[in-house]
Amino acid sequence: MLKISADRLNDLFNRIASEQTLYIPVDHEPNTAEYRKYEDGMKLSESLNTVRSAKDFFFPQTENLAEFKVEGKNIEVKDIREESGDFVVFGVRACDARSFSILDKVFLSEPVDSFYKNRRDHGTIITMACTRPAETCFCTAFGIDPTTPEGDVAVFSDGKDYFFLDCTEKGKKFIESVSDMLEDGDTSELEAVREKTRGIMKKLPLAGLKTDSFGGDKLNELFNSPKWAELSESCLGCGTCTFVCPTCQCYDIRDFNTGNGIRRFRCWDSCMYSDFTKMAHGNPRISQLERFRQRFMHKLVYFPANNDGEFGCVGCGRCLSRCPVSMNIVKVMKTLEVK
Amino acid sequence: MQEAMIKRAAQLLADGTVNRVMGWKRGEFVYDTTPAVFTTADELEKEFVCDDFTQANLSKYLVKESRKEGKILAFLKPCDTYSFNQLVKEHRIIRENVYVIGIPGGPKLDIEKIKAKGITGILSVENENYTLKIETLYGTETMPFYEAVSGKCSSCKSRKHVAYDELIGEDGEVLEPNRFDMVEKLENMTSQERYDFWRGELSKCIRCNACRNVCPACTCENCVFDNPKSGIDQKAAADSFEENMFHIIRAFHVAGRCTDCGECSRVCPQNIPLHLLNRKFIKDINELYGEYQAGADTTSKAPLNDYRADDCEPSVVHERGVE
Repeated sequence: MLKISADRLNDLFNRIASEQTLYIPVDHEPNTAEYRKYEDGMKLSESLNTVRSAKDFFFPQTENLAEFKVEGKNIEVKDIREESGDFVVFGVRACDARSFSILDKVFLSEPVDSFYKNRRDHGTIITMACTRPAETCFCTAFGIDPTTPEGDVAVFSDGKDYFFLDCTEKGKKFIESVSDMLEDGDTSELEAVREKTRGIMKKLPLAGLKTDSFGGDKLNELFNSPKWAELSESCLGCGTCTFVCPTCQCYDIRDFNTGNGIRRFRCWDSCMYSDFTKMAHGNPRISQLERFRQRFMHKLVYFPANNDGEFGCVGCGRCLSRCPVSMNIVKVMKTLEVK
Repeated sequence: MQEAMIKRAAQLLADGTVNRVMGWKRGEFVYDTTPAVFTTADELEKEFVCDDFTQANLSKYLVKESRKEGKILAFLKPCDTYSFNQLVKEHRIIRENVYVIGIPGGPKLDIEKIKAKGITGILSVENENYTLKIETLYGTETMPFYEAVSGKCSSCKSRKHVAYDELIGEDGEVLEPNRFDMVEKLENMTSQERYDFWRGELSKCIRCNACRNVCPACTCENCVFDNPKSGIDQKAAADSFEENMFHIIRAFHVAGRCTDCGECSRVCPQNIPLHLLNRKFIKDINELYGEYQAGADTTSKAPLNDYRADDCEPSVVHERGVE
């Protein structure tokens, strides 16, 4: 496999950044890694994952959709979208890489979301295999192998070198474009590292998490479960889980009065909020119980029902570490599972 | 401590003093405890937890819980009793429907501070003579207890319970606060430095509303930022001005009512030190109107709700604003 030694990684970053925009995860504060636009000298984060997911690259928290200018009786509608430039996201973990294929099912099915598609077409995803999973990880429950991440290019590290494997046509092109910086490498030590990681995955506290009790065919029994009351009683109704989640994809569309026109924008929304899907008659989900239930039913029942059984969760563990009251999908699954 | 609490709660359930118990429930790991209501001795025995990681302030839940049928037992740490009193004062908690047992406070631990040391795969955390012994998937780690103490406990204002029906453990004293140190540091900055500091912090905000929703001083039935009729409801900031204003408006709204419980900063997923905005208000109120601690009692008039002839004049804003 082609590789680059760890001490030359930044040379590679500089090379990529000279040709297109590069984003890498960095630790600007301890334990709060985030993606930043690469600048010379930035160091790749040592954290397992970023606080916010990588979905922002394709589905940003806010984006402008159109502008309206009103003059007299005329309304001019302006398409304000701009073609995205080519960019590379380096260091995406297997869980987040899978979240893109989940988001694709939503945004790239008819009618195609052209804003999302534009960024997807221009982005190259370089994933990185995990070597130190955290106790909050449970991606294997959703059939994800963190030692073999998806993406356009998968990168593996044995501590000394970074190995590059192309997974798509786009990835192949990318590797070709930097192949003069890469050399052939011996992967024997790498295999040992991957085997060790697989061993750790089996020992994780959540390794035994089962999904059998969930799926598109379990709608009625799960929806009507009396356990939602106790599960939701501590929920604050904030949007932390939905905003750090790599697969939460709901958004709201609003108009902003610019003073001399209207700017229509969309922004992330959260089913935990009281005005989510509010209609003329009010919010159909009248209390936090219904809102809380909606989030988990979406991931564990409605999404698989509409997408050939695929769950809307990738087991990244962000909601486990960030929920202010430590309520999360794992606790929901363990409480609702049929034993 | 936990055993004594479970025992006493079970007694009060059995003799009918209360029909529910508000406490914390054990999680998947050693640290992820969740506020919960218990109704049977069996549930208490199995799931109730009170340990180094039970940080969450339970007072705000009592707004809702005290409006339900029967009386609820709530275990409150000293800092939580200030929030409790403030909510009683504001007629948000119905006092007679709550039986308060005061329990000793922290210092509680913040798992994020342990993880910030690069410790991961955490399976257990034991406190051995103020050294934390942490078993992980990658071997045993140790770190000093005090380096893992949560932000809110490291500047504790009081170990005294200001509201309770009974106590488990000893009551403590109001402490000499070191809590204004960082506020002073910010005050001593130039306005540009201060602006840059807050822009840096507030630009991290993802508007998840966790700070607002956890805040015991934020109990409006419908927040202006959620109310489409207010004209300023927003799920996203249109620009950096709005990004700042959400937090600044919130700090103004809770001024004089914020007890400095520290929950806002504890829950922020982006680690924004939001409590510093509130502490600035507390410090200013102390300097301009005399020492005042919100939640210390349920009867006194709050400085900002009370007119006195010797109150500072509005011009103080200008005088203090001059560099």
